[in-house]
Amino acid sequence: MNAVNTPTRGVAVGPTARRPLRARAGTAVPHVILLTYVVVACGPIALIVMNAFKSRQAIFDEPFAIPTPDTFDVSGFQTVFERAQFELYFLNSFIVTVSTIFLVLLLGSMAAFALAEYRFAGITALSLYMALGIMIPIRLGTVGILDLMVRIGLVNSLFGLVLVYTAMGLPLAVFVLTMFFKQVPGDLKDAARIDGASEYRVYRIAAPLVRPGLAAIGVYTMLPIWNDLWFPLILTPGESARTVTLGAQLFLGQFVTDWNAVLAVLTLAALPMMALFIIFSRQFIRGLTSGAIK
Amino acid sequence: MSRLRDSVPPDEVGTTTVATGADAVATPPAAPPRRRRFRTHLLVFIAPAAAIYTVFMVYPLLDSLRLSMFAPSDGGQVFVGFDNFVHLLTDDLLASAFWNAVWNNLVFFAVHFFVQNPIGLLLAALLAGPALKGRATYQALLFIPTTLSVVIVGFIWQLIISPIWGFVDTPLLGQSSTALVTLALMSVWQYIGIPMILFYAVLISIPDELTEAARVDGAGGWSTFWRVKFPLLLPTVGVVSVVTYVANMNAFDLIYTVKGALAGPDFASDIMGTFFFRTFFGFQLQEGSSTMGATVATMMFLLILAGVLLYFYGWQRRVESYQL
Amino acid sequence: MSKRLRRLVPITGAALLLLAACGESVDPRENTDNAGDDGSDGSDGGSGDQVTLLMESWRNDDLAIWEDVILPAFHEQHPDIRVEFRPTAPDEYDAALDAKLSGGTAGDLITCRPFDVSLRLYDEGHLAPVTDLPGMDAFDDIARTAWSTDDGSETYCVPMASVIHGFLYNKAIFDELGIEPPETEEQFHEVLDTIAQNGEYAPLVMGTADQWEAATMGLQNIGPNYWKGETGRKALIEGSESFDDPQYVDAFAELASWSEYLPDGYESITYPDAQNMFTLGRGAIYPTGSWEIALFNEQADFEMGAFPPPPPEGQDTCYVSDHTDIGVGMNAATEHPEAARTFLEWTTSAEFAELYANELPGFFPMSDHDVEVQDPLAKEFLSWRDECESTIRNSYQILSRGEPNLENQLWDLSAQVLNGTIEPQQAAAEAQKGLERWYEPQQK
Repeated sequence: MNAVNTPTRGVAVGPTARRPLRARAGTAVPHVILLTYVVVACGPIALIVMNAFKSRQAIFDEPFAIPTPDTFDVSGFQTVFERAQFELYFLNSFIVTVSTIFLVLLLGSMAAFALAEYRFAGITALSLYMALGIMIPIRLGTVGILDLMVRIGLVNSLFGLVLVYTAMGLPLAVFVLTMFFKQVPGDLKDAARIDGASEYRVYRIAAPLVRPGLAAIGVYTMLPIWNDLWFPLILTPGESARTVTLGAQLFLGQFVTDWNAVLAVLTLAALPMMALFIIFSRQFIRGLTSGAIK
Repeated sequence: MSRLRDSVPPDEVGTTTVATGADAVATPPAAPPRRRRFRTHLLVFIAPAAAIYTVFMVYPLLDSLRLSMFAPSDGGQVFVGFDNFVHLLTDDLLASAFWNAVWNNLVFFAVHFFVQNPIGLLLAALLAGPALKGRATYQALLFIPTTLSVVIVGFIWQLIISPIWGFVDTPLLGQSSTALVTLALMSVWQYIGIPMILFYAVLISIPDELTEAARVDGAGGWSTFWRVKFPLLLPTVGVVSVVTYVANMNAFDLIYTVKGALAGPDFASDIMGTFFFRTFFGFQLQEGSSTMGATVATMMFLLILAGVLLYFYGWQRRVESYQL
Repeated sequence: MSKRLRRLVPITGAALLLLAACGESVDPRENTDNAGDDGSDGSDGGSGDQVTLLMESWRNDDLAIWEDVILPAFHEQHPDIRVEFRPTAPDEYDAALDAKLSGGTAGDLITCRPFDVSLRLYDEGHLAPVTDLPGMDAFDDIARTAWSTDDGSETYCVPMASVIHGFLYNKAIFDELGIEPPETEEQFHEVLDTIAQNGEYAPLVMGTADQWEAATMGLQNIGPNYWKGETGRKALIEGSESFDDPQYVDAFAELASWSEYLPDGYESITYPDAQNMFTLGRGAIYPTGSWEIALFNEQADFEMGAFPPPPPEGQDTCYVSDHTDIGVGMNAATEHPEAARTFLEWTTSAEFAELYANELPGFFPMSDHDVEVQDPLAKEFLSWRDECESTIRNSYQILSRGEPNLENQLWDLSAQVLNGTIEPQQAAAEAQKGLERWYEPQQK
């Protein structure tokens, strides 16, 4: 893709070089605007993280000051770890998120591969059926889901959450990955088939080629799951299967007067996702934009 | 979401399908095995995804639709047809709460529409500018709020604009006139990264020859943007809007964390999600009802459907033809 | 650059999966940690015949005290029973409990909200009757009413504690300004004016963002003085008084007069904001309930005093809201009914009352055992039981059974009255209109 893009850009460089003055002004203004918005986007988060390390009085008196040796205080974090099993919540969120991503990517790519690769009766209907879920929020089925989970005994179980989230993530995954699979060159697959590869083998050859799509879907699936409050609130209110977001929400309700603890818990709940996102952000953005770069 | 489909030029999908078809003809050896092992591997590939999707999404949704036609009676449930809907729409209390929630939800969406599109577009245009240094870093930083949990977003902003901290003196979240808009802006702040990235994807896909051609014709930067780029962006604006609409009609977490299930003051920030929650689970001394909850959920579904159809038949058709 | 990153993806992915795998292998530990979560493994090998009981509660603030003091006292006498305290945040408690009860995952012991919420659980068969529980004779009828069927024939929760409404004040500020706790409503306003004129402190610390404070700590706090406590509450239930009668309008009007004394931007000040403002010394008077005492003792570094809602001029009798707030019952589906009853029986004892009253100052036991309350603030609140007539919140019994729900309506109306978006007259009329809509005795 880059190979296609670079020459185009090369062409563009020529005429622009004729206007150095305008170009110089043109490079400063975007940075000013972008930096301003970066402050708007990240400032509030920095404010929370910063105040998490201050004493209660200091949070109240000078919310916008950075912690000094005088005001430095980590009692909030102590409260969090003493009073809530946050390591357990993290583990739960990790298990749920990773298992769901794994299932969505595996099952989604398998189905997408089939929809992109074969032609069979009812394929349009099936594609439409699977795509329907993109537009219908699963929350509207909450009554039915709770009912179903109670009947099959999956209330308060992480597995129940994984199943719901997988169902929620699949429609988009199938839809997007189908388009990615359609772009995989046919020769490659056919060459494999001539070599006697089974259809499963062909899938395994094609799957790595849609990696940008997988990355984008992975991140896109991950965020709402890690951050979901609704289904944990309804399906897994018990302590043993509590996720970070629900844990944070309940903790907020519980220690809401203890600003140190509140800010500490917000910091703890936000950082892992932010770190993961920063690691994957390029993959994610490339996945989202690659269709266009083509 | 379906945003990707839009980033792909419209003819793209068609072309590839044709190409695959051509492939099948051009390489006959591949065709027979496909047909022979057709059933088993197709089943293996598709069944797991289809099964989970059907059992845990489609079935509960249909069950909700079914439940909306029932009412509790002596521990069991009896079929009442459309009575629940009639009740929801005619009962003075329920109907006014329902329409209040619908209206607020539309306002909530309108704020998103009119704020996130221009800002997202501006940021995307800047990011797509030639030779921008630190592009990837900007993208990552601007996207960070999107990665946060709504619980966190709600709390952060509640603290920042609390009169106690004195940064903002007006009780924005406490007045009926400002609460809902403030909440919507908080939500825009969080999700602005998504339209930004999608607009960006379109902008970088526009061949430079097109813009250059306009420039050669004597068009300035602004008019190039409006004449060449903006029309190409319109389909994405449509997709972003419809996706936002679906998400907004379904929003709950933010208002629940900031204003609680009563969505005060005086239900000024009550939207479908919080209304549904109260109806389904009840609140404090008020009893919940799963059948009335299902009825509200069904109405939400119909509203979403109406919006999506409006998009397909109103916006997309017109824009698509404009593009061609 | 991007190639390096591409290589990073599978590695990170693998690391994540590894983490998840580790997580999976830790699962068993997690299960033993929470033995009894599903009730079925209460008889797990190792610890002999010990039975584990889980206790559901919304009193998460009390977690440490239950774990460190109350439960150990019980375990000492009953080594074969282990009770684990499992609180949920108050806002989620009822919804979560409902889901858990119908899902069969609720704990063995259930902390009971007063009146209709628990009555419904009993009617649905989730709460077992405790009418014949030994020790129940320690509670009089008033205490039991909150957890008994309408005809009083069956009781389904052991009354645990009541909370008393009133005002806390910052003694340091009162001393500085040379003011005394008010004894009449007129004095109350004088005091508020004095603090307002000084300008340094918020005279009254409360916000309306969460709505319930306006009703619970506002209207239900001062209201009994207007509607004459139990007399008015029962008259509303019988239908002989209406919510738009002058005494109710006056209660709303008095509430409305508070708004000029509340902190700036009180419309968006939440309950915790207000708690923080008061304990950090930014405000002088805090309309409250006795349940705050424990937390405030811990957080405030100044001395606090308390006074009951001052009655209007010329009224000799004072009325306080002494609200039956918390009880404990047994999940009808528990697998260990004997053990659960043993625990419930213990909660009727003098020992429990003593522990509870002193470890959680501000929660007052309702049993007739002689309990010496140590905390000076709690003592002050408790003394009002002798000085004034006790009543409970008027929206809790029966009147919140229909739509619109009176309790929820009072939240909304009280907050609006304080926000100035509705007149007291109008608020009272709205409440009455709501009652008339479904409550027969009020339909005239």
